[in-house]
Amino acid sequence: MKNNLYNYILGIADNSLILGQRLGQLCGHGPSLETDIACTNISLDLFGQVRSYFQYAAKIAGDQRTEDDIAMLRKERDYKNVLLVEQPNTNFAFTIGRQFLFDVYHLAFLTELQNSNDFTLSVIAKKCVKEVSYHLRFSSDWVKRLGNGTSVSKEKMQEAISDLWTYTDELFYQTNADKEMVFEGVGVDVTKLKNNYYSHINKILLEATLEIPESKWFQTGGKEGIHTEHLGYLLSDLQYMQRTYPNMEW
Amino acid sequence: MSEEQIKNLEAQFNARIERDEKIEPKDWMPEKYRKTHIRQMSQHAHSEIVGMLPEGNWITRAPSLRRKVALLAKVQDEAGHGLYLYSATETLGISREEMYEQLHTGKAKYSSIFNYPTLTWADMGAIGWLVDGAAIINQVPLCNTSYGPYARAMIRVCKEESFHQRQGFEIMMKLAKGTPEQKDLAQDALNRWWWPSLMMLGPKDEESIHTEQSMKWKLKRKSNDDLRQQFIDQTVPQADLIGLTIPDPELKWNKERGSYDFGPINWDEFWQVVKGYGPCNKERIKARVGAWKEGEWVRDAAMAYAEKQANKNFNKAV
Amino acid sequence: MKKNWPLWEVFVRSKNGLEHRHFGSLHAADAEMALENARDVYTRRNEGVSIWVVESKNITASNPSNNGELFEPAQDKVYRHPTFYKLPDEIKHM
Repeated sequence: MKNNLYNYILGIADNSLILGQRLGQLCGHGPSLETDIACTNISLDLFGQVRSYFQYAAKIAGDQRTEDDIAMLRKERDYKNVLLVEQPNTNFAFTIGRQFLFDVYHLAFLTELQNSNDFTLSVIAKKCVKEVSYHLRFSSDWVKRLGNGTSVSKEKMQEAISDLWTYTDELFYQTNADKEMVFEGVGVDVTKLKNNYYSHINKILLEATLEIPESKWFQTGGKEGIHTEHLGYLLSDLQYMQRTYPNMEW
Repeated sequence: MSEEQIKNLEAQFNARIERDEKIEPKDWMPEKYRKTHIRQMSQHAHSEIVGMLPEGNWITRAPSLRRKVALLAKVQDEAGHGLYLYSATETLGISREEMYEQLHTGKAKYSSIFNYPTLTWADMGAIGWLVDGAAIINQVPLCNTSYGPYARAMIRVCKEESFHQRQGFEIMMKLAKGTPEQKDLAQDALNRWWWPSLMMLGPKDEESIHTEQSMKWKLKRKSNDDLRQQFIDQTVPQADLIGLTIPDPELKWNKERGSYDFGPINWDEFWQVVKGYGPCNKERIKARVGAWKEGEWVRDAAMAYAEKQANKNFNKAV
Repeated sequence: MKKNWPLWEVFVRSKNGLEHRHFGSLHAADAEMALENARDVYTRRNEGVSIWVVESKNITASNPSNNGELFEPAQDKVYRHPTFYKLPDEIKHM
């Protein structure tokens, strides 16, 4: 149980960690100062969530590890985030597309997690729901803007959605720890979120005059620690200081 | 308007400033006042956004989550401060796009300190402590400057920046009190950032061309050399406190003056960096130009969408 | 002709019971974006509970060169202020 809960928390937290890190790369390089500030706010929300989750995980582990050890001192295969969030900031359409495809899931997930019979998780979820509602509003608005904007933006937004589509199904994949936690009343049964997810996504894509990708072949693996090549580079930045100067306080 | 009328208006204008009245955007102002303010305020705004780059460089590599969120929030504040300052400058009749154009083509300057590279994590500490420290010394008097929108922007900036310097000092303190390796990092960062920080307060008084006029308009309340002395006097004891050594062998307390004497500043280096030959000038501008160009299709799309929506609403209304 | 994001003025109510106050300006393509940007730019430190945005060009401002006729006539209307009226010393508050 303890180990399952620990792994379950990591699975949730790693999504926020890796996406927060991706958004952090953009700070200072966005299309306008206003969007820079907005994306940084999302990144800050995500890192805030990460800290709550990892502080809780550290308590459960009870082995002297800190939130930073958990965040920064695991091996590639021990990160359990979905493949979607580790995809690179190819351009602003990809950044927005990734955010949107994740936010729809994230909000539905947290909404359910509020009912967890694990008190700490339900409290964290209650706080995060508000943040993520705003993220979704921001990303949906931008999907619509880019989809309905110019022919250039439409093409780029379509490309991003089509390319990232292959990573959406994994959001509803369950590991053994997930299944255990659902059984215990702690976790969220993500398989039940799937239909609403796709119908919500389809609705927004329709408003954005974008095509819903037809591909039925999906990539999975992140939740089991098998990632895309992009993750290693992201981790080498994330872990650089902790690896280069081990056992120090900052 | 005749020359005499203008002279008359100018006299009234100067009297208003002398009485500590604020000048607001639609008030009559001498052309030189407008131009000088556009130059200084946009330069200030540019410094904020170029200043995001050297620190942004370490966001992904911050050593702990706590440090990471603090740094992210700080760099984000700089974007916010750039935004406040650009907006304030726009009240003088220049657009943000025009100001960007001046930055991108090298016509407008920004604080030369941001042309130095951030090589280690300790540089985040040194920048917060020294660079923000020097910036605050420069900025606090501006909360009282004569141009209303600038003064208001500065009040907001100063309020928000109060955590920036502490954030940096805390990083340095933690390093200085850490392992020998960490202390070395801190000392090395101080060695590299000390002199550029002193230069950041501007050229020597006798070489500063704008000072006298700027004093009258309250764009400046103290001379560069006075500000520099103030910075040194406040920073040296802080370095002592955390056991770091200021890299100036001639630094010495002068009892008579009640201030520190210090060694010669390498002004050749300063002017070379200002002219574009610093270690990172090209990279910094390239990053700004790149972000602006790559963002063009995004900004265009948003405008096109806004227009379509407006037309739609108009048609609905008719 | 290339169109840039227009300028918007931002007004924030810091807490219920207070009026909206001008906080500053920003750029946005449309009202929705202006509102979101205002939230991100001007309420990062918990400064507000309500935001108004208005495109700057929609504000009509008085011209300072008319200040004489607009505002000076109000200066000598001292009878609009309570201090204009004499009270006997016995009455401390009115």
